[in-house]
Amino acid sequence: MDDMIVMQNVWKAYPNGVMALNGIDLSVKKGEFVYVVGPSGAGKSTFIKMIYRELKPTRGKIIIDNKNIASLRERQVPYFRRKIGVVFQDFKLLPKLTVYENVAFALEVIEERPVYIKKRVMEVLDLVGLKHKLRSFPDQLSGGEQQRVSIARSICNRPPVLIADEPTGNLDPETSWQIMDVFKRINLQGTTIVMATHNKSIVDSIKHRVIALEGGMIVRDELEGEYGYEA
Amino acid sequence: MCEMNWKGNMVMKLRTMRRHVSESLKSLTRNGWMTFASVSAVTVSLILVALFLMVMFNLNKIAGDIEKDVEVRVYLDRSTTPAQQNQLEEQLKQVKNVQSVTFQSKKKGLNNLLSSLGSDKGTFEDLQKENPLPNVFILKTRQPQQTIMVANEVRHYPNVQDVRYGKGTVEKMFKFINIARNIGIVLILGLIFTSVFLIANTIKLTIVARRREIEIMKLVGATNAFVRWPYFIEGLIMGILGSVLPVLLVIVVYHFAYYSLSSNLSQMFISLIPFQTMAVNLSLLLVGVGGIIGVWGSLSSVRKFLKV
Ligand SMILES: Nc1ncnc2c1ncn2[C@@H]1O[C@H](COP(=O)(O)OP(=O)(O)O)[C@@H](O)[C@H]1O
Ligand SMILES: [Mg+2]
Repeated sequence: MDDMIVMQNVWKAYPNGVMALNGIDLSVKKGEFVYVVGPSGAGKSTFIKMIYRELKPTRGKIIIDNKNIASLRERQVPYFRRKIGVVFQDFKLLPKLTVYENVAFALEVIEERPVYIKKRVMEVLDLVGLKHKLRSFPDQLSGGEQQRVSIARSICNRPPVLIADEPTGNLDPETSWQIMDVFKRINLQGTTIVMATHNKSIVDSIKHRVIALEGGMIVRDELEGEYGYEA
Repeated sequence: MCEMNWKGNMVMKLRTMRRHVSESLKSLTRNGWMTFASVSAVTVSLILVALFLMVMFNLNKIAGDIEKDVEVRVYLDRSTTPAQQNQLEEQLKQVKNVQSVTFQSKKKGLNNLLSSLGSDKGTFEDLQKENPLPNVFILKTRQPQQTIMVANEVRHYPNVQDVRYGKGTVEKMFKFINIARNIGIVLILGLIFTSVFLIANTIKLTIVARRREIEIMKLVGATNAFVRWPYFIEGLIMGILGSVLPVLLVIVVYHFAYYSLSSNLSQMFISLIPFQTMAVNLSLLLVGVGGIIGVWGSLSSVRKFLKV
């Protein structure tokens, strides 16, 4: 019962016929930190998109927080999304909103109370270390800072799961470490984290479970694993 | 969790509504020229709708008034003697379907005419002396359709100079109304579709401008309804803005038309739809049609974009 993410025989065929996932079975426990690695085209992004229901599996079950989201009705998807934080390589911030507004946006559009929004936004900005930049606009920030804003936004609704698709892909090594530090803090609060990455040095030095995908199949699944590919 | 949210959504929170409205206003002003073009298109369409309906409603009313008329007016020869007149009256009473026969002397007829003109009687002093009107028997039938038979029957009676009833006029009017209606409907539907198309395009632009925003909204769990609301309001605002000028026009034009035509028409025993009735009903209709055009335009472009 303490599984947070369970996949049972998950297949994904894109409309053009590409088989991106071929029978994935796995389970991720509450509070776990998982790296998803593999060569490009292996199916990492597809795997990530399955978890936040951007894509539906062609076959199989995806059970998140004890609910099969493969059979979720379209109307319920938004409410499900509120339980999943998502972070991307390209940050996806709104350029015309300040740091504060970008984070608050996520809570406003799910109709949270203004008093709560104010308090919570300050909390998460504090957590990612950007409380002092709340009035800046995204283009006034470094890449690492922008990513931290995007992380703050993804966790402001206290999702039990945070998924990240190559969050350090656009960042230099030093900044990447700062991001990992933020993830570590979030993980310590009990949030389950799944992170697809190409970053060998991070995977090899900050030890967590490693799931390696190749050709849409899990070829390796090790606790405290290694990146396993040449950087 | 779902249940709680469902309940929360039943009554939209005031601040959420405020947010949607302010989002719509922002994007309406951001796309000022497109907004202006769309609103103008709605305005032009609705002005034509308004003019068309003002005329059609009245023609319908007049035709209805005449059609409801069960009167046959039998005009007497000037040379008719009182004895002949009494004899004719008896004959008329015998005609099938005739319910009542009323005599209207030429003097009474003139008085009716003068009072309906509402003018100072002095001007028509000459008429009093040299009354040009004939004496009239007014026959009533039970149903409008019977007037035609009665009229044809009594036309050949002695001392009858002329027989008048509404039917012929009504038929001609309905023919005219039908043609006018068909032309009007085609024209107006064309204009309405054009307006819908223009509004859809404007909304499409504003959606493109906010694509990133929508992507993030959906990512963090905003409902489709929440995403859709501002566009819905935007369309509604454009449609209603488009109806402002037509509504004013209706009020001014119909006020003028009604008060200048009514008294002339009342001599012909025809009455127009009262000013207030027309102003209120047509205005509501125009605002409604404007709103529908706007909402239709906006929903048709949002649907494509959200794929919902
Ligand atoms: N939208 C799509 N339509 C068709 N094929 C796709 C689509 N997205 C990804 N693919 C294909 O699916 C496979 C897995 O892609 P992806 O999940 O993006 O891999 P990764 O993130 O590991 O690089 C690749 O062969 C890719 O070309
Ligand atoms: Mg990828």
